Amino acid sequence: MKVLVPVKRVIDYNVKVRVKADGTGVDLANVKMSMNPFDEIAVEQAIRMKEAGTVEEIVAVSIGVKQAQETLRTALAMGADRAILVVASEDVNTDIEPLAVAKILKAVVDEEAPGLVICGKQAIDNDMNATGQMLSALLGWSQATFASEVAVEGDSAIVTREVDGGLQTIKVKMPAIISVDLRLNEPRYASLPNIMKAKKKPMDEKTPADYGVDVTPRLEILSTVEPATRAAGVMVGSVEELVTKLKDEAGVI
Amino acid sequence: MAVLLFAEVTNGELAWDATSKAMTAAKMMGDVTVLCAGAQASAAAAEAAKLEGATKVLCAEDASLGHRLAEPTAALIVSLAGDYSHIVAPATTDAKNVLPRVAALLDAMVITDVSGVVDADTFERPIYAGNAIQTVKSKDAVKVVSIRTSTFDAAADTGSAPVETISAADNPALSEWVEDKVQETDRPELTSAKIVVSGGRGVGSEENFELIESLADKLGAAVGASRAAVDSGYAPNDWQVGQTGKVVAPDLYVAIGISGAIQHLAGMKDSKVIVAINKDEEAPIFQVADYGLVGDLFDAVPKLKEALG
Ligand SMILES: Cc1cc2nc3c(=O)[nH]c(=O)nc-3n(C[C@H](O)[C@H](O)[C@H](O)COP(=O)(O)OP(=O)(O)OC[C@H]3O[C@@H](n4cnc5c(N)ncnc54)[C@H](O)[C@@H]3O)c2cc1C
Ligand SMILES: Cc1cc2nc3c(=O)[nH]c(=O)nc-3n(C[C@H](O)[C@H](O)[C@H](O)COP(=O)(O)OP(=O)(O)OC[C@H]3O[C@@H](n4cnc5c(N)ncnc54)[C@H](O)[C@@H]3O)c2cc1C
Repeated sequence: MKVLVPVKRVIDYNVKVRVKADGTGVDLANVKMSMNPFDEIAVEQAIRMKEAGTVEEIVAVSIGVKQAQETLRTALAMGADRAILVVASEDVNTDIEPLAVAKILKAVVDEEAPGLVICGKQAIDNDMNATGQMLSALLGWSQATFASEVAVEGDSAIVTREVDGGLQTIKVKMPAIISVDLRLNEPRYASLPNIMKAKKKPMDEKTPADYGVDVTPRLEILSTVEPATRAAGVMVGSVEELVTKLKDEAGVI
Repeated sequence: MAVLLFAEVTNGELAWDATSKAMTAAKMMGDVTVLCAGAQASAAAAEAAKLEGATKVLCAEDASLGHRLAEPTAALIVSLAGDYSHIVAPATTDAKNVLPRVAALLDAMVITDVSGVVDADTFERPIYAGNAIQTVKSKDAVKVVSIRTSTFDAAADTGSAPVETISAADNPALSEWVEDKVQETDRPELTSAKIVVSGGRGVGSEENFELIESLADKLGAAVGASRAAVDSGYAPNDWQVGQTGKVVAPDLYVAIGISGAIQHLAGMKDSKVIVAINKDEEAPIFQVADYGLVGDLFDAVPKLKEALG
């Protein structure tokens, strides 16, 4: 079976995000970018399935600016076999919405015919939590989102999902889309020899036009602003003082 | 404008808190019809009829709609969509699973986790773990929107809308339910509790987490946890508060042994009053705390329990 793993280049999760003063967005120039943490988990899952013999080939795909090839090289260094870069924008500040990403991914799936697509549950920049579900809808495939455990049994996948009430286990027919949650696995670091090897692995470059997809956004971004900041608080010297403040000043207990 | 509000129904029961808060947001977009779907949904529909702002309740009861599987649920909503300009739901894990699927089937962009409604086409939503608030205007014919319930007040329960029974759509039969692992608890629900007491990695073990839980019980509070505490096995996954867990905004949030990583703050910084107990005076949690106490939690928490009587 072939597995497709979409990986997104996002601002590193350790970077303090700065909103541009003119309200047009977040300052992405000269900040550290990394693979979306959820996508590292997706790549790791695919590699483990390959190591277990259920998967033969792992194809990583990224849609974005040219620099997303670094993200794809990371996926290749971790253990993906080849990569597809869809250059959808010249400008790091241009929006490619999940619907457009899902349409491009659908075209890639039509060409590649994977048995499984494993993606992240959400990208930590836009926090949309949408792409996998949208792709699944466009393909008419089953979906298993927020996965914390995955097992393949014949032509089905048994997936445990992290939901509001706890955990839900479902069985989905393959081909399927699985979106992964944080506790599925602990992604590996790429070793130096593997980073060197990854440089020689194949990477195709495409554009949305190659797939006949229009990436014009449906949402117009009117403004991006900093959230309201909280007023500074006080330090208390003792538990007694804390309780008094909570009772008399804040009135919450 | 006609709005279809997809109610949160769990095992036949209406989740009043989530649905009534989403109702408040939905009312700002137009006339609201509420959809209750499930293997059992009639009791939920009767409850939903009381939602102030509901003009009608649709009740779809069918075995295929049990356990809120994405494919049949999305098919049902899409079969109704022609009559509506907006499809709205509270941003629960169920709706996060279903709504993007609905949106893609309608060739619309989903707008998730909306924290403010500017007008029927324009919405505010937090991005980058709440570090920025984006205002977006949708150009789609139908708007598919999930609501971050922590920023809306609950609608009143004084309504009396008529209930209409409808049938399910064809089940694509792509998935089946196997089992649920749900912890039964008498504590209030995390996302609607007035007080939340959360523990982090500093608590140190699953046994020690009992300390957090007993303080919560003393306060009649829900229990939360940081991701580190969940990853370490001190607490179950559904207690996680944060960017990728639950978003809470109680009257009082008590963070114990939690450093205050941006991903954790994303889930609790809208709380009215925040208390932090941490032995490291440099911990970033103190920057958002209204009341900070520097100290060892194993000393402070028992004292706190005692002081509360
Ligand atoms: C060049 C570029 C510039 C951008 N600039 C901005 C900006 O300035 N401000 C802003 O707010 N947003 C920006 N974005 C984000 C963009 O607006 C979309 O929201 C984003 O591509 C999809 O939303 P999400 O990441 O929240 O998706 P989610 O649905 O949360 O992502 C879930 C999963 O889908 C997959 N996936 C999603 N997107 C891609 C992708 N592009 N390639 C491969 N896999 C993917 C991943 O597996 C991911 O884990 C930019 C995107 C691109 C490509
Ligand atoms: C993609 C992504 C998503 C994430 N999503 C979330 C999320 O949704 N929610 C979330 O919480 N995190 C999330 N995280 C993780 C987050 O970055 C932090 O790692 C996590 O919140 C840290 O948890 P913590 O504060 O319990 O642990 P730590 O950062 O290890 O802090 C422990 C604290 O306890 C204090 N302490 C230790 N012993 C004592 C004692 N005896 N008495 C008093 N204080 C003590 C220490 O001083 C320290 O400040 C996410 C990370 C990523 C990459």
